[in-house]
Amino acid sequence: MLNASQSTFKKSLKIAFKLSLPVLMGYWFLGITYGVLAESMGYSYWYPLSMAVFIFSGSAEFLGLGMLAANFNPLAAASMALVVGARHLFYGVSMLDRYKGMGWRKPFLIFWLTDETFAVNYNAREATATEMLLVSFLDYFYWISGGFMGYMFGSLLKFDIHGLEFVVTAMFTAIFMDQFLKEKELRPAWIGIGCTAVSLFVVGPQYFVIPAMIGILLMLTVFRKKLEPSYFEEVRK
Amino acid sequence: MTSQQQIITIVILAVVTFMTRALPFIIFSAGKSRKKETPKYIQYLGKALPLAVFGMLVVYCLKDVQWLEGSRGIPEILGIAAVVLMHLWRRQLFLSMAVGTAVYMILIRVLV
Repeated sequence: MLNASQSTFKKSLKIAFKLSLPVLMGYWFLGITYGVLAESMGYSYWYPLSMAVFIFSGSAEFLGLGMLAANFNPLAAASMALVVGARHLFYGVSMLDRYKGMGWRKPFLIFWLTDETFAVNYNAREATATEMLLVSFLDYFYWISGGFMGYMFGSLLKFDIHGLEFVVTAMFTAIFMDQFLKEKELRPAWIGIGCTAVSLFVVGPQYFVIPAMIGILLMLTVFRKKLEPSYFEEVRK
Repeated sequence: MTSQQQIITIVILAVVTFMTRALPFIIFSAGKSRKKETPKYIQYLGKALPLAVFGMLVVYCLKDVQWLEGSRGIPEILGIAAVVLMHLWRRQLFLSMAVGTAVYMILIRVLV
């Protein structure tokens, strides 16, 4: 009995590791960059480490490195965290169904819900609860270990890995294509790309995400009557 | 900033970031105690949003591209195009990612 559950766990770990491999590459690259930057700014190791452990959001942590060196401004910290974290709201809404009935795993799945974890877990339609939890945990581990390596050994890096960060863009694009080829209703894809591109062009790179999200919500709401049937009438057979 | 203020800053970042992740689950989770169904509108968003969000994420990755200087976003666009084409052809996640990343890494070294 014990052996059986052990071997299913091993199998889940294997599946989760395979699913999380793209994130391993991306997070080690970004994590190392984060560690190198933290070290070069003169922080003692526990600042970048505690941010990686307790915040676990690359964009908020990079911002944090800048904030900790500046004047104390809790309101600015809160509002910046809200601006860069707002996109998580969409991941939560998209995962409401998948993360239902997760019991004790749920708080962890929620805390570990990054862009990349969302992308991998959402795309892995057949993944079990344990596999999704392990993917989330592995991603967390990759990020922290990447930061650690960057902080400790970043200055020793000799080989040129410049440009490897594109692996994250490539992963989102590949998963986008995966979903695009699976779905019948493709208009949300154009809405997402269009609203974000327009917002980036109009608002600029610093604050474009929230206007883009509002645009997407508005469009999806306006076209609800047209889009909704494809999700609830034919699918439920 | 004193170290106390630094700790407070980290706590604020951690709490707000966690709230952005947890809020949808807190508001809409149909817990056993509350027998509320998730509102139909939110269910609809849960279905329609993901594809829009993946589109958003791809564009999000292009936020720091300088379109008028340097390599003018050519490596990024061709890298993404390579992923799309590879995926249409073979539909293997790793293959598409590897080819796209290779295309990008070569182009940023060639186009300076």
